[in-house]
Amino acid sequence: MARSYEVIGFKSTALHGTGIAMHELSLLENVREILENHALSQNFNKVTQVTLEIGKLSSVEPDALRFGFDVVMKDSLAENAELIISDIAGLGVCRQCGLQFELETSHDPCPHCASPFVKIIQGAEMKIKDLIVI
Amino acid sequence: MCGICGCSQPGKINKLQPVSGRVHQHDHDHDHGHHHHDAERLIKVEQDLLSKNNAYAGQNRTYFQQHNIFTLNLVSSPGAGKTTLLVETIKVLKDRFPIAVIEGDQQTEHDADRIRATGVPALQINTGRACHLDAHGIGHAIQELGVQANSLLAIENVGNLVCPSSFDLGEAHKVVVLSVTEGDDKPLKYPDMFHAADLMIINKTDLLPYVDFDVERCINYARQVNPDIQIIQLSSTKGDNFSAWTDWLAGHVKLEA
Repeated sequence: MARSYEVIGFKSTALHGTGIAMHELSLLENVREILENHALSQNFNKVTQVTLEIGKLSSVEPDALRFGFDVVMKDSLAENAELIISDIAGLGVCRQCGLQFELETSHDPCPHCASPFVKIIQGAEMKIKDLIVI
Repeated sequence: MCGICGCSQPGKINKLQPVSGRVHQHDHDHDHGHHHHDAERLIKVEQDLLSKNNAYAGQNRTYFQQHNIFTLNLVSSPGAGKTTLLVETIKVLKDRFPIAVIEGDQQTEHDADRIRATGVPALQINTGRACHLDAHGIGHAIQELGVQANSLLAIENVGNLVCPSSFDLGEAHKVVVLSVTEGDDKPLKYPDMFHAADLMIINKTDLLPYVDFDVERCINYARQVNPDIQIIQLSSTKGDNFSAWTDWLAGHVKLEA
């Protein structure tokens, strides 16, 4: 028999019938859950602003986050909250020559020695930075 | 209750309700531009959006290591041949060590049925509208399947070259399957997935005479986005070079006495 485990992020009833399916929704559902946990531990019951830090090399599309934010936060303590997305630049270190340089994509070669072996040291992150709460 | 994560599924997870009895504090400067409320305050969170999935993935990985289960997360576009690859793999290897399969699809039990017809246990997860498997569902599935120690566990993810790349399931390796009936530039079009994979299988090589697919160009593109990626070319249905893959697998499944 097939199992239908709830995939994190696909619980929002508001999404039923919309045909929206993207991993950004899973991430937004995590945002909502993290807010709810903080509401318990830090005594607040409304969130008016959420600031996310999204690395340029993460697989997250900021527009998709903005698109899904209001839908996922509806009927939660962050309903009508403002979403601020702050971009984090990509940074890599060449594994051959050690040069540190800015990455536009996760697979930019080293601009000094042209090696494709580059270690990403910044820009893959996607996290909640802070909240403004009441 | 689930032995790994302790949640109460398959029942719904209870939603936390907003707490009453708020604390009024005012200990920060308001230099932002929105409407000012008396009780507003800033709370530092600094928490990864994938922290929940990653925590479950960590638990799964520990379980796999403790029980010596070699776990693969197979990803591809729909129709690249993941299920046929698994069926043919099971036929070759099932007498050498135990194999179990977790199938992820939005709907239907078809793939799990195909796996079960080979005689190995399979569990189908239907993700509904979701476009990927996550580590939480895998934790439940391995409990329910009763995956044996010293075995191979293959997780066939939802056919999608985008979303599954972000979700660690606790696997040892992601294996991306690309068939020659797709474009040879897929690694450049979907770089996150090819960057995340440790092995690329170029499948359906028996069809190369009939399609416009440049294997060398495809390999170059894949190495451009992931210089460490290993590559095996094969045909699951005709068996061409299939032993390269089954040898790779057998070399990774360590049977403990």
